[in-house]
Amino acid sequence: MIQLSWRQFRTQAAVAAAGLAVVAIAVLITGPRVFHLYDTTVAPCQGRSDCGTAEELFVRHYGFLQAALTQLVEFAPALIGIFWGAPLVARELESGTFRLAWTQSVTRARWLGVKLAVVGVASAVTAGLLSLMVTWWTTPFSRVEANRFDPTLFTQHGIVPLAYAVFAFALGVTMGLLVRRTLPAMAATLALFIGVLLCIVFWVRPHYLPPAHTTMPVRAAGDLGFQPVESGRAFRFIIGSPNIPNAWVSSTRVVDAAGHPVSNQFLGTACPNLVPPGSVAGRFPAPTGPFQDCIAKISGTYHLVVTYQPAGRYWIFQSIESGLFLALASGLCGFCFWRIRRVA
Amino acid sequence: MSDVLRTAGLGKRYGRRWALADCDLRIPAGHVTGLVGPNGAGKTTLLHLAVGLLAPTTGTIEVLGRTPAADPSQLGRVGFVAQDTPTYAGLSVAEHLDLGGWLNPTWDRELAERRVRQLGLDPKQKAGKLSGGQRAQLALTVAIAKRPELLILDEPVASLDPLARREFLKVLMEAVAEHGVSAVLSSHLVTDLERVCDHLVLLVGSRVLVTGEIEPLLASHHRLTGPRRDPARLPSNQEVIEESHTDRQTTLLVRTDEPILDPAWTVEPVGLEDLVLAYMGRDSAVDSSRATLAEVAR
Repeated sequence: MIQLSWRQFRTQAAVAAAGLAVVAIAVLITGPRVFHLYDTTVAPCQGRSDCGTAEELFVRHYGFLQAALTQLVEFAPALIGIFWGAPLVARELESGTFRLAWTQSVTRARWLGVKLAVVGVASAVTAGLLSLMVTWWTTPFSRVEANRFDPTLFTQHGIVPLAYAVFAFALGVTMGLLVRRTLPAMAATLALFIGVLLCIVFWVRPHYLPPAHTTMPVRAAGDLGFQPVESGRAFRFIIGSPNIPNAWVSSTRVVDAAGHPVSNQFLGTACPNLVPPGSVAGRFPAPTGPFQDCIAKISGTYHLVVTYQPAGRYWIFQSIESGLFLALASGLCGFCFWRIRRVA
Repeated sequence: MSDVLRTAGLGKRYGRRWALADCDLRIPAGHVTGLVGPNGAGKTTLLHLAVGLLAPTTGTIEVLGRTPAADPSQLGRVGFVAQDTPTYAGLSVAEHLDLGGWLNPTWDRELAERRVRQLGLDPKQKAGKLSGGQRAQLALTVAIAKRPELLILDEPVASLDPLARREFLKVLMEAVAEHGVSAVLSSHLVTDLERVCDHLVLLVGSRVLVTGEIEPLLASHHRLTGPRRDPARLPSNQEVIEESHTDRQTTLLVRTDEPILDPAWTVEPVGLEDLVLAYMGRDSAVDSSRATLAEVAR
């Protein structure tokens, strides 16, 4: 059965191997140059304040290739689900060849089991290798961006692409079994895969671990200011998340020692020229003037409470998400084993 | 001899429609059995139940004394050629033989290769490029080379032209004779099976109307032609299967194991096709499938 699975899969495997080879060549040729450029332009400026220009130039230089490679990692699981998963059973049902395959001296469960194993492992290896190469290649970019928990970046790097691929493959097989026709199964696979991924990214991922809290001075805020609302008589005190490299900040509040939020009365006395009716809103950081005084007064009484996932949890989150998708994949496989006994 | 196929109260339902209902049937071993019936009679459903592609909704089915497709060894005992003889379009003839070897521990590689040579198939040819007749032969080769005890073929010649049809049945009969396997083949055309079958099962609307060896079956049926008369007045051992009357003449198809003694009758033997049509015509359930009768009579 392994030989048959391999024989039926070998064309797709060859396509995938060729694709991986092209990526490998591109990564191996350009990789050292990317690292070299980073080491000679961005790395030396660390600790100085003028890194922005160097970083911008660096990102721009290899931006196209970076976009192409990371998009590839992002699309690979969906492609695997569509082109390897969906046709696996659907094509046999569609062309009637299941009547040939399932009446040989191999039970249906074994037939499915071996096929799932062979193509499933190939899916994991393909996505894993691709992600490994791209994650290595983009290391300097990740350092510059310092934002590994970004929903897109998180999805494109590390070990999660492998788990997505295995899940997408299992999803494709399941859709093939249910829909029984290749093209509709492919479409259903794509739609469901994107749906599940978005649900997990936005609704489930933030809750893998309870967030940590830390306090910081008001000056650490990334952004601070007053924004007039409605008639211009009311105003809103706005506060940007502080920049904690590679951490995932979910909320930032300004409170006093007792935990009370900053009151409008306090702001009215601390920043008389900034708060409406003098309706011009100030923005931090401002070089001098009344705005700095205002910030200093606020800082005397208030501090920031930041709710976030620390950078050190990155691999824990990667592992949890991978485990989640692998568990979903095995659930789908279990369903396939149950379902295939009722299909004919 | 034991039975190759035995069903009791067998039924299969798709949604609210019964494709096969309350079917009681036995097919003894050592025969080439023709399973005949109009389209929609449940032939394919019955055969799919027999090879384990389907599971029954009600009743039981035993093939070679065991539940179909219960385990790999049971799967290996039954060779199946499905309707339209599916093969993998992207695999070559030789790869189909490899496939048979990979999937069947009892695979007779030498036999398979010899048959492919005899059929004149190019081993490197992709199955998708084969003609319908060649594809059917390839599917038959795969089914035979696993050395089953029972061969089941679902409408194997329906889509073949007359020449390929004859060739296929010839090859099938040689294999059956050579390896001593039992065979069950279905068709909605009696004429296809007349030459090759020695046992008949007539299935109409899930019901088995006639079953038995063909020779005794034909020997016990007669066509009687004579002056017009009421069939109710025939001897009690003569069962009227079909009757037709003109003003002055009566034609009957009767079943009896006794000789016909009445000198008023002209007695003629009955062909298999006439016999099958007579039974299907008698069955009231056939009314709805008159359209397919025309096809049967073709």
